Amino acid sequence: MWRDAALVAERDLRVELRSRVAINQVAPFALLVLVLFAFALDPDTGVLASATAGLYWLVVLFSALLAVSRSTSIDEVDGIRDALRLSGLAPAGVFLGKVAAVAAQLLLLEVVLVVAVAVLYDPELGGFPLMIATMLAATVAVASTGVLYGAVVSGVRVRDTLLPVLLLPVLAPVLIGATKAFETAFGAEGLHGWGWCGLVSFFAVVYLVAGSLAYGALLEG
Amino acid sequence: MSDPTDSIDPFDGASVPAHTGSALTRVLGLSALAALVVWALYGLVWSPPDREMGDLVRLLYVHVPVAILFYAGAGIATAASLLWLRGRTPGWDALAVAGAELGVVFGALTLLTGSIWGKPTWNTFWTWDARLTSTALLEVLLIGYLAVRRVDPSPAGGSVRASILGLLLFPNVIIVHFSVDWWRSLHQPATVTRLDPTIEGDMLVALMVGMLAGALVFAWLLVHRFRVAWLEQQVERHDLDAAVAARRAEGGLSPSTSTSTSEAQPA
Repeated sequence: MWRDAALVAERDLRVELRSRVAINQVAPFALLVLVLFAFALDPDTGVLASATAGLYWLVVLFSALLAVSRSTSIDEVDGIRDALRLSGLAPAGVFLGKVAAVAAQLLLLEVVLVVAVAVLYDPELGGFPLMIATMLAATVAVASTGVLYGAVVSGVRVRDTLLPVLLLPVLAPVLIGATKAFETAFGAEGLHGWGWCGLVSFFAVVYLVAGSLAYGALLEG
Repeated sequence: MSDPTDSIDPFDGASVPAHTGSALTRVLGLSALAALVVWALYGLVWSPPDREMGDLVRLLYVHVPVAILFYAGAGIATAASLLWLRGRTPGWDALAVAGAELGVVFGALTLLTGSIWGKPTWNTFWTWDARLTSTALLEVLLIGYLAVRRVDPSPAGGSVRASILGLLLFPNVIIVHFSVDWWRSLHQPATVTRLDPTIEGDMLVALMVGMLAGALVFAWLLVHRFRVAWLEQQVERHDLDAAVAARRAEGGLSPSTSTSTSEAQPA
């Protein structure tokens, strides 16, 4: 299963390296949304700095929709879905491989976004161990949930409009937890940042397991 | 030339049902009507106003039962999805969609009655406490589940995608509820789930009658909706078999609906 996962992850990342969708489209979209937040919220009254954590994770979620949609669309052309079914690869391995690929792209994006918010929003950055742990946990949570729900809407004509409706409500706990953990890292008191990080990690584990178990049925269906 | 689909009968020779009513639904319906009348009398006339909420408490006799039935509908959708995934029996799939649709309706009623009650009580139509937020999110999840069912190109008899979504409904709601609960909470604690409820007398009776009336209405709607879903499955299966028979006829094969591979050779 792990060998299959590595194979699929390598394939997905190779496709991304050649097509550069994350670099050319998803990253600029994320940066654009960061800028739009500044237009919507007054940048001179400290609102952006105090809301940095929540805005950051909102941008990550919106960007994840694009990344997941892209990851799903790779398998919808040229009979690749049938090829995956017939290839003998373990479905759980295919799932974990796609999660790894999406997570890698999201992690890279998140690092870029941290630099961007530090420049654009001027928050009091700190608590780097908590920040890094939260980024890892939330990335896995978002990627595993996204790949699972991406498989649910794969092949459906209205996939692009259905995926946000299905995925965003499910990711609400990740948004809340990651935001609270980041706020704690930035110096807010009494928010139990590591506890929230633990909740996000638990969510990630639940969806890694659920996706590994359900992906085979979705691939067949 | 005879139509190759003439021999295909979705109801195997039985008469096509003209409606989804039966002795069971008539008993349920009449009981529900009677219970609704008693509920209205208790809720609006016989029960006294609350010491603190005054007449606002009467809205809770509607809000609490519909909220419980909302969760019941979602629970039925989840359980039926699990059972369908295990056995692929079409009936479970019909039950899942019936439960989910009723869940959406009762969920909308829950949010509506809660908002109306909240405005004079909390001076706002909406607060971001655990119960309201998780209720709203479950409503959205159910709507998403029904959206997937509408666009899933799977043939009649069930949907793997929708069933997996249905299976994830309750785990999602549990995680969301605890997340938001930890985030903030303003909602009043449960009243009737404890052994010594804080409401009593005619008010408790009004609430209990409301639960009974709501449950009877829910059951009546569930049976009808399940039967409609079942009949829809039969029609879709008939259409699919008819299309297969037509294609086989084009290829010169007999219009058998069997999936056996040992068929007569084409002419």
